[in-house]
Amino acid sequence: MGSGDLILQYLLSGITKGSIYAIVAIGFNLIFSATGVLNFAQGEFVMLGGMIAVTLSFYVPLPVAITGAVILVALIGCLLEVLFFRRLRRHSIMHMVIITIGLSIVIQEIALHLWDEKVRSLPYFTGKEISSVAVFGATISPQVLWVLGTVAVVFVLLHAFLRYSLQGRAMRACSSNPEAAMLSGINIANLRTLSFGLSAGIGALAGCVISPITMTQYEMGGPLAIKGFAAAILGGLGNPMGAVAGGLLVGVLEAFSVSKLPAAYNDVTAFAVLLLVLFVRPQGLFGSPTGDGVREF
Amino acid sequence: MKLRRFIVVLLLLAAMVGVQIFLRATGQEFCLTQLTMALYYALVVIGLGLVMGYAGQVSLGHGGFFAIGGYTTAVLTTRDFSPFKDTAWVGLLKAAHVFVAKEDLFGAQVMVVTPWAAFLAAMALTAVVAVLIGYPALRLKGHYLAMATLGFGLIVYKILLGSTVTGAADGITSVPEWSLFGVLTVSGKTALRVQNYYIACGLVLAVLLLLQNLVHSRVGRALLAIHDRETAANAMGINTASYKLRAFVLSAILAAAAGVFFTHYTGGIGPSEASALKSVRYVALAAAGGMANLWGVAVISTLINYLSLRDWFGSYDNAVFGTMLIVIISIAPEGPLKPLGMAVRRVFFRLRPSGGKPHGAA
Amino acid sequence: MALLEVENVRRSFGGLVAVDKASFTVAEGQIKALIGPNGAGKTTLFNMVSGLLSTETGQIRFRDRRINGLRPYQIARAGIARTFQNPSLFLQMSVIENVMVGQHVRTRAGIAACCLRLPRQQREERAIRDAALKQLDFVGLAPLAEASAGSLTFGQRRMVELARALATDPALVLLDEPASGLNNKETGDLGALIQKMRGAGVTVLLVEHDMSLVMDISDDIVVLYQGTPIAQGPPSAIQNDPRVVAVYLGDDQHLS
Ligand SMILES: Nc1ncnc2c1ncn2[C@@H]1O[C@H](COP(=O)(O)OP(=O)(O)OP(=O)(O)O)[C@@H](O)[C@H]1O
Ligand SMILES: [Mg+2]
Repeated sequence: MGSGDLILQYLLSGITKGSIYAIVAIGFNLIFSATGVLNFAQGEFVMLGGMIAVTLSFYVPLPVAITGAVILVALIGCLLEVLFFRRLRRHSIMHMVIITIGLSIVIQEIALHLWDEKVRSLPYFTGKEISSVAVFGATISPQVLWVLGTVAVVFVLLHAFLRYSLQGRAMRACSSNPEAAMLSGINIANLRTLSFGLSAGIGALAGCVISPITMTQYEMGGPLAIKGFAAAILGGLGNPMGAVAGGLLVGVLEAFSVSKLPAAYNDVTAFAVLLLVLFVRPQGLFGSPTGDGVREF
Repeated sequence: MKLRRFIVVLLLLAAMVGVQIFLRATGQEFCLTQLTMALYYALVVIGLGLVMGYAGQVSLGHGGFFAIGGYTTAVLTTRDFSPFKDTAWVGLLKAAHVFVAKEDLFGAQVMVVTPWAAFLAAMALTAVVAVLIGYPALRLKGHYLAMATLGFGLIVYKILLGSTVTGAADGITSVPEWSLFGVLTVSGKTALRVQNYYIACGLVLAVLLLLQNLVHSRVGRALLAIHDRETAANAMGINTASYKLRAFVLSAILAAAAGVFFTHYTGGIGPSEASALKSVRYVALAAAGGMANLWGVAVISTLINYLSLRDWFGSYDNAVFGTMLIVIISIAPEGPLKPLGMAVRRVFFRLRPSGGKPHGAA
Repeated sequence: MALLEVENVRRSFGGLVAVDKASFTVAEGQIKALIGPNGAGKTTLFNMVSGLLSTETGQIRFRDRRINGLRPYQIARAGIARTFQNPSLFLQMSVIENVMVGQHVRTRAGIAACCLRLPRQQREERAIRDAALKQLDFVGLAPLAEASAGSLTFGQRRMVELARALATDPALVLLDEPASGLNNKETGDLGALIQKMRGAGVTVLLVEHDMSLVMDISDDIVVLYQGTPIAQGPPSAIQNDPRVVAVYLGDDQHLS
């Protein structure tokens, strides 16, 4: 294999991982825009999606298992919002952020006790572990295509939802100016619940498609959350296009750094990039500068 | 409110001595070991209380700072520098009494860094790292610091796990004891158990008093103002980014100092100290103590960490901390101590109309 | 010499232009009023002068020094203090502590000095308290010094906020609707207080909807309409200016 092929291989693996980071970043943005909260439990939605789907897949066909997992996790997301954040609105953003931290731990612990610490995975959606497709001279597993396809479809659907549906438009109005949105009769509380549900469901779907490749384990949420956050910051918090670009960038950087650095320093790259961006371009690579150097929460 | 603070200090002192006497009388003095460890952990949580309760920021990287402190000390005081004996910088440092020669376990001559020098190195390193992380994250409004520090902690954890210098998954053991001022020695020896309990008590008390001075001063008011209404604080001429950064760095240094003492006390340190779960625990404990109420933070965190170290919560250890976070923040965001204290006060002062002071702690 | 000069300043939010082509000056020792209908951009202008918002074009000069682009704390240090349209006291603190925060820009003690209670810091702390008490006394709230800020009435909060602004030893104070929510007597007291402030050498720029207060105390008035000044002059001239009347009556014909 020539060095060109090798580079292509890294690029593809980076894009695969990156598209998952992009999905996590989009989930961040959804909740952040609607509530102003950085949701630390975002990675847990991905983990729960994978775990539940794996368990369901023992009893029902794979597509049903995945659908079930996505719906279940979306409901969990809604439930969390109703239980913890709806009542809390009077409290500061810091309190809500702390609660998401607590939720992330509790969800992990519940997963640990409900399942165990073993690594598990869904079967490959099509073909087998060893089946491969040739793309531009690089060989990839068909599951990678599933991942990329899913991310693309989610992105397009979400975009359409936010742009054309009544709820979606209300959601955008709410994020750009909550007070005005409230005055024009939009029920903000329900929108926030919706944003949690949507974000959780999308995360769960990501957890399912990625499961055959990266495996699912109760601890997987933390690192995913951080990289998704890095992606969201890179792309400019609240900017969905930026989230995708940021996610791919983080993924590709990571893939290439794996080839150059010892495995232990695997996550260092994403984080170094995050800090660098916060230093030089706090509005993100693709965000437009607000001109104030500060971002209103 | 000086009298009130005096009374609180007396009460704490009495409690500290009382506990030791009680444990000796009941023949359970071995419990002092976990209590001492819990006190060092409390130091981390007190610093975090400053960041959360006064600067209004959350750090999920305090485990990382604790580990940086502990590991810097552990590496420097156990690693043999004699191969570098003839290089210029080692010569220089040697002249400054940074190194001591001694025999290792197998009787070979080695040259290691003295604990004091290692302590100073740990503090300096921590300060630099904290500034590097805090500066970019704190210039922005909102909770970027939480994410940045979560990432930082993860990195520290991964690096510790993956590096041979830090002993990978096993960590570092046989860290020497630390002779403080000739009379006091930070060490895990059974004979020194009581002494070390009081060293930890003294340290926590001293830090509490210093920070208590701080929060009732110009700087403390500035921090509280930022926490309360950042825009107004800005307009009143407070350099909000700078104050948040200073509070963060101060608390990072406290965490690292705790790590240094802890490591000399237990004679070693492992990578789990830097894990995200450890950092989340510190946040949970700070919340449980009421964040801005540093006395409460110290007491609650010592108590709960002690119970955890004595393995009271079994396999539900982490779940306990997570649940604590959620429940306390949703029900009593200012910490359970305040409503509790109010209730007690109401009972005591039924007849007198109470002249409530704005923020409870002395 | 003008103390504050605002020159061709513009600011928009998304597509909405909140302030545009705003130019006016405030002379030292003046009480100047900035009036205009709701949404005219008065608060936005204040936010730009105090550094909380950036300007898109133009310059803001204070004592001949350009201040747009400076951070808010630098502007406060230079001598501009402000109050907010919605009183924004620090509710976790007592009244006196709120006012003591105002002294922040004029004092120096750092973390180490505060932790160790060095004698210098102790002296400074006493000086801060004295200065804060003086300002509280000025607004007539000294008896409430130890009360919690959250326990005050709306009118009292406005006064504490004023005292807090004065505690920064400002040369210029920006007051954003200080009389809104006050009753008649309180408004009268406020007018007297503002004049007393001017007597003490503080220049005042005032946003206010209460026209009788504005006409009573101000030396000069700027009228803002849709982000742009449409008239300037002494109260008597403004009262009779047909464009101003039109703006307040909502009659667009007279504007052109
Ligand atoms: N942060 C912001 N984001 C978006 N739009 C804003 C923002 N601040 C102000 N605006 C808009 O700019 C315009 C001017 O607002 P501003 O608050 O300056 O008016 P004002 O003259 O102070 O009005 P009022 O008398 O009601 O206080 C309004 O249309 C307002 O909706
Ligand atoms: Mg206004």
